[in-house]
Amino acid sequence: MRGRFAVTAELGPPRGASLAPLRRKAKLLHDWVDAANVTDGQSAVVRMASWAGCLVAMQEGLEPVMQLQCRDRNRIALQADLLGASAAGIPNVLLLTGDHPRFGDQPDAKPVFDMDSIQLVWAARTMRDQHRLLSGREMKQPPSWLIGAVENPFAPPQRFRAERLGKKVAAGAQFVQTQFIFDVPIFAKWMEQVRDLGLDGKCWILAGVGPVKSLRALEHMRREVPGMYVPDSVFARLNGVPSERVPAEGIALCAEVIQQVKEIPGVAGVHVMAFGWEDAIPEILERAGLGKRQVAGKP
Amino acid sequence: MEAMHRVLERNRLWYGVALMIERVSPVYRAFTWAEHLVKAKLFGCRMCGQCALPATAYACPMTCPKQLRNGPCGGVGMDGSCEVYPGMRCVWLMAYERAEAAGRIPDMRRLQRPIDQRKLGQSSWVNYWLDRDDDLWTDDFLRDPAPPLLPAVSETHATETPKAPRPLVTV
Repeated sequence: MRGRFAVTAELGPPRGASLAPLRRKAKLLHDWVDAANVTDGQSAVVRMASWAGCLVAMQEGLEPVMQLQCRDRNRIALQADLLGASAAGIPNVLLLTGDHPRFGDQPDAKPVFDMDSIQLVWAARTMRDQHRLLSGREMKQPPSWLIGAVENPFAPPQRFRAERLGKKVAAGAQFVQTQFIFDVPIFAKWMEQVRDLGLDGKCWILAGVGPVKSLRALEHMRREVPGMYVPDSVFARLNGVPSERVPAEGIALCAEVIQQVKEIPGVAGVHVMAFGWEDAIPEILERAGLGKRQVAGKP
Repeated sequence: MEAMHRVLERNRLWYGVALMIERVSPVYRAFTWAEHLVKAKLFGCRMCGQCALPATAYACPMTCPKQLRNGPCGGVGMDGSCEVYPGMRCVWLMAYERAEAAGRIPDMRRLQRPIDQRKLGQSSWVNYWLDRDDDLWTDDFLRDPAPPLLPAVSETHATETPKAPRPLVTV
């Protein structure tokens, strides 16, 4: 992630207690990506905790990014999890507000939201750099990780989204992964505003991309996934090929987006999200001209 | 709105009034009830006890289902609807539009600190007049690029031992 175009990916932990699925995915990806996020209760459904998935990733030689969101935990638990992550050697954390329980299969659960993502980023920076917990107590062994956040260049009000990234950077965000990009011009416009604010010099910006496997998956993205902006042109393109060719077209589209965003100044890398289709990632990266990562020290 | 804010702006007079209100429990309860009546009608106030309205162009962020004090989240629908309750317009989108119309965009660039959950149901006016709202938010981040989260490190929240829960107005 330092000095050349970075690639991160996303790993969804299993909905059970076995580490095997994650281990397989980690083995698959560790040559291809610089780091991988282990998601945290994404879409408000129960999955194995992110920290556990991160430990498995590290065992397989894959640098993890632990995701931590504010839906399920109050400020006490959030700080505790951040300390644990650092102590366990997890080098990166991605801090988000989180999907409301209404999106998941347990909408009867209590939403916590004791803090929001900006406050959580801010808290993490305070713990790491000022060595203090939110109570004011000083820590003799402060934690240490790279602090990340997310932003969505497409959600209204679009003209505020670069400044909102600015708030996150002011709070301490050092890298940011964006929501899925299908509309490159809107993303480019956001990047222009981001550069005007000087944020590209303070924060690594990773463009969010991903392959679409089927028209149903695309429909699901448009309807059910918060903040996803899917333009009609994508529907048109995938509708225009026979159904058995849709996955291939989805991969091609993703590779094209990567090639386009790579040319935008200020973009430090891409974040590839392939829910339930991590096997497609190596092919996408190859087609986009990003080969295996040659990182010194990796087996 | 601006005029109302100017009248109610904290000063030594209001400080004295607030002290007296807080001292007498039934008066405090009545005052809080009246405050709720006014603010709920005008702003959809949820009586969080630490009012953010002056910094959000008078759109109450506590009506946000995710209780964002630094909204909007990334899930706002393309038509401006809330991701959680699609029938509702995103309150932070409203805050931004109002701020833009009033020339108050710098307010949207302030970082808002986490709220004190103990204050839910309290009178935010009394808290404001008694200078308890001083550190709710920072300056515009363009002017203060790395603001501290902990305003005064020597003051910890843990020093306040409550005698009993404050009289609450439940919303």
